[in-house]
Amino acid sequence: MSKEKFDYFIKGEKGKYEVVIGLEVHAQVLSKSKLFSGSSTKFGADPNNQVSLIDSAFPGMLPVINEECVKQAVRTGLGLNAKINNYSVFDRKNYFYADLPQGYQISQYKNPIVGEGKVLLDMPYGSKEIGIERLHLEQDAGKSIHDMDPSNTYVDLNRSGIALMEIVSKPDLRSPDEVNAYIKKLRSIMRYLGTCDGNMQEGSLRADVNVSVRKEGDKNFGTRCEIKNVNSIKFMQMAIEYEAARQVELIENGKVIDQETRLFDTKKNETRSMRSKEDAHDYRYFPDPDLLPLKLEQKLIDDLKKTLPELPDKKKERFIKEYGLNAYEANVLVSEKEISDYYEEVAKLSDKKLAATWMMGDLFAMLNDRGLDISKSPISAKHFAELVQAIKSGEISGRIAKEVFEIMVESGDNPKKIIESKGMKQQSDPKELEKMINEILSKNKDKVDQYKAGKEKLFGFFVGQVMKLSGGKANPQLTNEILKKLLKG
Amino acid sequence: MADITNQSLNEIIENVKTKKVSSTDLTKAYIKNIESAKKLNAFVTTTFDQALDKAKQFDNKPNFDQLLPGIPLAVKDLFCTENTKTTAGSNILNNFIPSYESTVTKNLWNNGSFLLGKLNCDEFAMGSSNETSHYGNVINPVGDQLVPGGSSGGSSSALAADLTPATIGTDTGGSIRQPASFTGTVGLKPTYGLCSRWGIVAFASSLDQAGPMTKTIKDCAIMLESMSGFDEKDSTSINKKKEQYSKNLKDNIEGLKIGIPKEYRVDNMPKEVDELWEKGKKILKDLGAQLIDISLPHTKYALPTYYIVAPAEASSNLARYDGVRYGYRSKQGKDLIEMYEKTRSEGFGDEVKRRILIGTYVLSSGYYDAYYLKAQKVRQLIKKDFDDSFTKIDAILTPSTPSSAFKIGEKTNDPVSMYLNDIFTVPVNLAGLPALSMPAGVDKQGYPLGLQLIGKALDEQKILNIGYAFEKNCGFKNEIKKWWS
Repeated sequence: MSKEKFDYFIKGEKGKYEVVIGLEVHAQVLSKSKLFSGSSTKFGADPNNQVSLIDSAFPGMLPVINEECVKQAVRTGLGLNAKINNYSVFDRKNYFYADLPQGYQISQYKNPIVGEGKVLLDMPYGSKEIGIERLHLEQDAGKSIHDMDPSNTYVDLNRSGIALMEIVSKPDLRSPDEVNAYIKKLRSIMRYLGTCDGNMQEGSLRADVNVSVRKEGDKNFGTRCEIKNVNSIKFMQMAIEYEAARQVELIENGKVIDQETRLFDTKKNETRSMRSKEDAHDYRYFPDPDLLPLKLEQKLIDDLKKTLPELPDKKKERFIKEYGLNAYEANVLVSEKEISDYYEEVAKLSDKKLAATWMMGDLFAMLNDRGLDISKSPISAKHFAELVQAIKSGEISGRIAKEVFEIMVESGDNPKKIIESKGMKQQSDPKELEKMINEILSKNKDKVDQYKAGKEKLFGFFVGQVMKLSGGKANPQLTNEILKKLLKG
Repeated sequence: MADITNQSLNEIIENVKTKKVSSTDLTKAYIKNIESAKKLNAFVTTTFDQALDKAKQFDNKPNFDQLLPGIPLAVKDLFCTENTKTTAGSNILNNFIPSYESTVTKNLWNNGSFLLGKLNCDEFAMGSSNETSHYGNVINPVGDQLVPGGSSGGSSSALAADLTPATIGTDTGGSIRQPASFTGTVGLKPTYGLCSRWGIVAFASSLDQAGPMTKTIKDCAIMLESMSGFDEKDSTSINKKKEQYSKNLKDNIEGLKIGIPKEYRVDNMPKEVDELWEKGKKILKDLGAQLIDISLPHTKYALPTYYIVAPAEASSNLARYDGVRYGYRSKQGKDLIEMYEKTRSEGFGDEVKRRILIGTYVLSSGYYDAYYLKAQKVRQLIKKDFDDSFTKIDAILTPSTPSSAFKIGEKTNDPVSMYLNDIFTVPVNLAGLPALSMPAGVDKQGYPLGLQLIGKALDEQKILNIGYAFEKNCGFKNEIKKWWS
């Protein structure tokens, strides 16, 4: 694969600007119950139906850490090649808001559970390492619903107290494409680990995006703005593009960028100031006296490490080595655990390379058209492998295979049955083909003469006639060979 | 039978067990006392009907194997009680009826007792005289002009006035021991983590601890045994085997080493306090204990440290009272922020507001290091003072308070002089240690004074034993005339 060169700069009158991006990703921990209470975390319940006395901050209620959430954070940290801190502390972040019943969010401030790590991105211009600053556990707030009533705001506390992992990247990202690759990679790692479902529609994955710009080649960072709570990759990319352009314009006009928090308006496709640095909350962080510091024994960390599944980077290497795939194919096939599982099942029963080609072609196109995940594929891996084998063995042609594939999707039948019952098996008997070709040649003597006189384009005509006569089942390679031989004679 | 209500809890239990008195008659006797003691203002809520029902149930099917068989108990209104209004002495919780029972009260009920009523206290347990309560100040049965101490002032008053056979309070900086000292009763602040904090309205989470208030040491042991125990719902609860404090109570203290800290003296301390301390030392020495002079050099920083740590935690703990989900809500306020402001302005009293302001200030960016962080460091030093001393001694003897009960209104306009009342009690909370206040004598006005025994963490049995031996030899008798009825 030819390597492209990185080229994402904002062009101003006075030069090129580099965009510097750091993300604070909020990933909802996959767990049955909340971070400090026994309430369910299931999505989609009626408002305020998954709220305990702790989540709604009744007097005298106390938080108790959910150990599963701690393990999930450790697993994620290990998946990010990060340092796991044996000692971490839960702090209170104090502020008043209607959807924050305690008047503070329990979070981790000075001592997070996970320290520095890294994530590897595959970009067209090569692989790039993005640093992870930290990962900490915190409570989610409830949800304020402003559009149910013209004059009232409603509060749903189902989300209040659900465990989030805040994953803070270093300012290592340089373009919307890198942000796309980074979020997808994070999501993929967490889904492999089973620590976050990564469902952005349901808000399981959101991010605060920090953006600054600087003249190409500058060593110092520019003043950054933080765009709060963006919940899709597309919106993140749009927000970055808008924000970077806005900042460049300010600089070009000799103005100063204020460090501030901004909101992305998805309808107007612009970012707007939410509050300036001067108005920033003083969160008055201090260690939560209701919770003891979290001390993790090394054995727990080691045990969790042992039970980690194979992660995408490792799996990709293995796919290249074991299945002879190229980097691009391996990358696509390991992007989701379910896809890689499907591929491996197919590859075990059929041609590995051909399986990859067909999966990434027809299978993905079909799933995409129907909006299905691979786990919901109407074609099982076993049937798909049989189809690949039928192509590989020459039993059916690629063209017929497409027809078989369509029927498999509709009927769910296995390809053998379809090929047999519809008589779709490829004609590969040379004698039968020769007979068929001779018949065609004798019927079209004029065209044979013209061909021999130099009109070689007519070869295609003969092939077409063979296919027509055979009902498309003639083996194309053999047909070509025999045709050439007979036309020479 | 003579008035049963002036007996000790232990005696009452014996009388119930030997069927000399029924739970119903016992309950009726207390109800009668309570009804004739309204002047003391010790109760915020009474639950007489419910108590009589429970007493009847007990009498119909008595279980005498319980620690508190058929015993009615009134408790501080800081403990959440299921279906019974719980105010924490505040207007902001004037209509709050919990759907749950605090672990500590549940433990008491599981041992055979039941609720007689909820006792007045300083608002959110912030106060040393029970004058900050939204429900009015409480009067000390010792004298009609005297405060009962605080914050568990309703508890100490009710106990000393025979309105409950025993009670429980909470102690964040002395709120059990100081009122016990002011009323001639026994009060114990257990080791931090011995009693669950679950279901207790929080003041300062790292300091709050529930404990018994009783007439005798034996009663104290019975109550502590009944109320304590590991609770998985409180992350700071200590997971250990339950102790049988009352069964293991011994009055032999021969050979025990008692530390006498030189720092437990303040300017203008009445000489009776010093004399009483001397008397205490002599009694323990005569019982075979060895007195050892010790130094707790950081004691003088305890009060300022306490008045940073406790308000800091309180400012955050009290953020939940916003009028949204429960409690008082102002009818004014045109938007959310204004509703919060009005609700909290009208719902909280001055002392609570003062501490929220102090706490907010010391946690603010730019001040955190100078106040909160420094206070945490000093707290460690105070704890270390105790740890170092306890390598050579078994317990520490100090006065409980620098004075006897003061007059109502005497210190309300001078918060600092009010805070100084806790000077001997706060170091113990900062260090998380158990400490007992036991009545030891009276001052020249005839007002009770207490001595404090401080133990190692989880050494409650030892300080109870010392207190038990002391009590038998001290000759103190709390003689309160029932002037109010």
